Amino acid sequence: MSQYVLRRLLIAIPSLLGISAVLFFVLALAPGDPFSELATNPNVPPEVQAALRAKFGLDDPIYLRYGHWLNAMLHGDWGFSFVSRMDVDKLILQRLPTTLFVIGSAQILALLIAIPVGVYAATKPYSLFDQIANTLAFVGFSLPTFFTGILFILIFSVTLDWLPFVYTTDIKATGIHWVLEMIRQAIMPVAVLGLFQAASMTRFVRSAMLDVIRLDYVTTARAKGLGQAKVIVKHVMRNAMIPVVTLIALQIPAVFGGAIVTEQIFRIPGIGSLLISSILSNDTPVVMAVTFVFACLVVLFNLIADILYGWLDPRISFR
Amino acid sequence: MLDKELRSMIGQVKDGRMDRRSFIKRMAAVGLTAPLANQILALGGVAMAEGASTYKPTKRGGGGALKLLWWQGPTLLNPHFATGTKDQDGSRLFYEPLACWDPDGNMKLVLATEIPSIQNGLLAADGKSVTWKLKPGVKWHDGKPFTADDVVFTWQFIKDPATAAVTIASYRDLTVEKIDDLTVKISFPKPTPFWADAFVGAPNTILPKHLFADYTGSKSREAPTNLSPVGTGPYKFVEFKPGDLIRGVINPDYHMANRPYFDSIEMKGGGDAVSAARAVIQTGEYDFGWNIQVEDDVLLRLEKGGKGKTVYAVGGDTEFIALNFTDPNVEVDGERSSMKTKHPLFSDPVVRKALSLLVDRESVKKAIYGRAGRTTANFLNGPEKFVSKNTSWEFNVEKAAKMLDDAGWKPGADGIREKDGKKLKLLYQTSINGPRQKTQAIVKQACQKAGIDVELKSVVASVFFSSDVANPDTYPKFYADLEMFQIPLSQPDPSQHMRRYLSTSAATKENKWQGTNFPRWVNKDYDAAINAADMEMDPVKRAALYIKANDLMWEDTVFIPVMHRLKVEAAANNLRPVISGWANETDNLFDWYREE
Repeated sequence: MSQYVLRRLLIAIPSLLGISAVLFFVLALAPGDPFSELATNPNVPPEVQAALRAKFGLDDPIYLRYGHWLNAMLHGDWGFSFVSRMDVDKLILQRLPTTLFVIGSAQILALLIAIPVGVYAATKPYSLFDQIANTLAFVGFSLPTFFTGILFILIFSVTLDWLPFVYTTDIKATGIHWVLEMIRQAIMPVAVLGLFQAASMTRFVRSAMLDVIRLDYVTTARAKGLGQAKVIVKHVMRNAMIPVVTLIALQIPAVFGGAIVTEQIFRIPGIGSLLISSILSNDTPVVMAVTFVFACLVVLFNLIADILYGWLDPRISFR
Repeated sequence: MLDKELRSMIGQVKDGRMDRRSFIKRMAAVGLTAPLANQILALGGVAMAEGASTYKPTKRGGGGALKLLWWQGPTLLNPHFATGTKDQDGSRLFYEPLACWDPDGNMKLVLATEIPSIQNGLLAADGKSVTWKLKPGVKWHDGKPFTADDVVFTWQFIKDPATAAVTIASYRDLTVEKIDDLTVKISFPKPTPFWADAFVGAPNTILPKHLFADYTGSKSREAPTNLSPVGTGPYKFVEFKPGDLIRGVINPDYHMANRPYFDSIEMKGGGDAVSAARAVIQTGEYDFGWNIQVEDDVLLRLEKGGKGKTVYAVGGDTEFIALNFTDPNVEVDGERSSMKTKHPLFSDPVVRKALSLLVDRESVKKAIYGRAGRTTANFLNGPEKFVSKNTSWEFNVEKAAKMLDDAGWKPGADGIREKDGKKLKLLYQTSINGPRQKTQAIVKQACQKAGIDVELKSVVASVFFSSDVANPDTYPKFYADLEMFQIPLSQPDPSQHMRRYLSTSAATKENKWQGTNFPRWVNKDYDAAINAADMEMDPVKRAALYIKANDLMWEDTVFIPVMHRLKVEAAANNLRPVISGWANETDNLFDWYREE
């Protein structure tokens, strides 16, 4: 097992190297200049811009810059933001907790909805409950998050005036009030992201359950006289969850992607909004670092999915 | 004539036969008010008025929290490294200049005690030096005293090219010397009519010597104080998350009586202008929203029964269409729009004049800018003193058509005018931005009616405004016939702004398109007027020179001004913000308060 993990980690190194090279060259070739805003200011002489470019090494050839970046990265130096003039890792660490909180809560909400609803719908296929769950699921994943986000704002903030729509990391209250306030402001973004995830996940859980529920061993279990709850939870669900785990693991990076839009709408200071503002200001070191973090997450969650398989299904062996 | 009238009026003010207010009134009647009007008086021998304060609270603090919403959050807090006004706005919460500009363009003292004038002997009569007296007893937030050393150090810090400070242009030619602990003298190499540039306004705030002394030149980027400022301002720094949040608390030792009003301040970044307007005007979650560039009917809708309103400030920003004087379609020595070519269509002045008649500024104002725009014929729209009254504009398709007919541009079989085999087909580019694309459509429609075929092009702002030498779509390259954008006028003086269009500054391959004259317009009279104005100490003559320069541009149709744009902000109904069109939004923050 540990050998397997080690081997997988070693295999990840060349793929991450490849990813970083592609990212770096694409970013370097993309148009735009981090100091372009200075160009429109008549009071800033062009030499300043030239000096800044030289200072941040932007005039070196691309392969040299990639070499510098890679070397620095190996030494744990993520680079230096052109725009904020601070270390990129600090910038990302400052924003990571918020993103993890929002995405984590959304993912938990999605699972809390998707698993019970999907399982229950599968035990009674084509019942009224199943029909309603299906319909809502279709509505859910046909509505993009930027739409539901704005809809929520209009309903809950503007019309009803229940919830704030500007997310702040600086809540003045302490103790229980802080927690309540935190929940209050997180309700909308978490609901937007979580419901979107839940919709597709419900469909997936339902179909995975239906595949398993018809198998002979389930009938055998029932014939032994086991109760419905025990059959479903212990015998059906455990097997049905294998494809679901794959889906969830593979979707995590997509959730981060979806969060970019949501973060922008609700002004959540996460790494998604950092990515957007960095792209807009051509702050390449930050863009590079954030996209690279996303790439690492994809590789990491693939590995986690593979390991979870073995735990869920002992027939799968690690070789 | 203007010259004589002004001169006699200045005399009257000096003798006390006319009070300052009626002088300003009379000047307004002839189109001469605002910032430099006061500088006229200063140089004419009458001291400049200090901006009147509208501040009412009678004690410090007690105003609760002030919540500001900047939809582009500041990303660093050193004004001399600011990549945009947002960073200056954020830095200004903590750092202070010697003086700043109030809404009328009058000077307001901050760290200085007296406005320099010839009377009080602080301003040299030849315009070659100015002396500032510093306020005694001012302390940095860490308790160290603020002295002339800090001012001198700030100058040294900025003028070092290795620091790469964005404000270097205002400082590299000056000399700043300490006379005593509370007096500094700024000397200029030549007569400088606009002396209130260095150390004035939000971009030019003063840094603490004791915290930056070890971080000058190439080490400047490592200064920890870049991200945690220690200033003299009304609020003390608490926390900074780039692009997201700045927090500050009241400075109990602030050097202005009864100020500031608010106990704490928060500047939140991120999002977009429309939702920022919503958060201030409609739901009241925030007290103030910065730069609300949103269509006027959206704002009017939000304002109905809302908790806030829009606030406007008049400055000198002009949205214009620039005409290319060189040929963008012919390559000479590997360079399009080369100075060696002439534009095939625009070399006929009639075509340029006709185009100017085809820009329906009234419709643009009605449909797009609303309360945030004013129609204008001038390229230079402020300060008032420099605004030409000799120009006019009209929208008249028939007249344009007739002019083109008379000049021999006859409609071809496809309805497009042509002359000597050259068709009136134009490429019109701008950056991607809602109002700009709508303006493009309005202009295109009118041109079509007059038999001119206009192809529209819109470029992503980050490319359009970049100086990327390899990219053909940047505004300095101007590989199109027309292009539209605006260059902000960031101080109440036109010299920097107008110097861009000197013939010698044309953007070419040779200077890597860093030349500022992108229309590549060449006019000897213009060059002469601008160069003379740069040296002219007589404020009246100087204003006349800039008016002449503006009129030359108008006669030659170098720019077709589309709109004189105002600053638009959103504020809670009970907030009394002080916003100047000549300064950053936070420049007068110490005077903000809330009406109970």
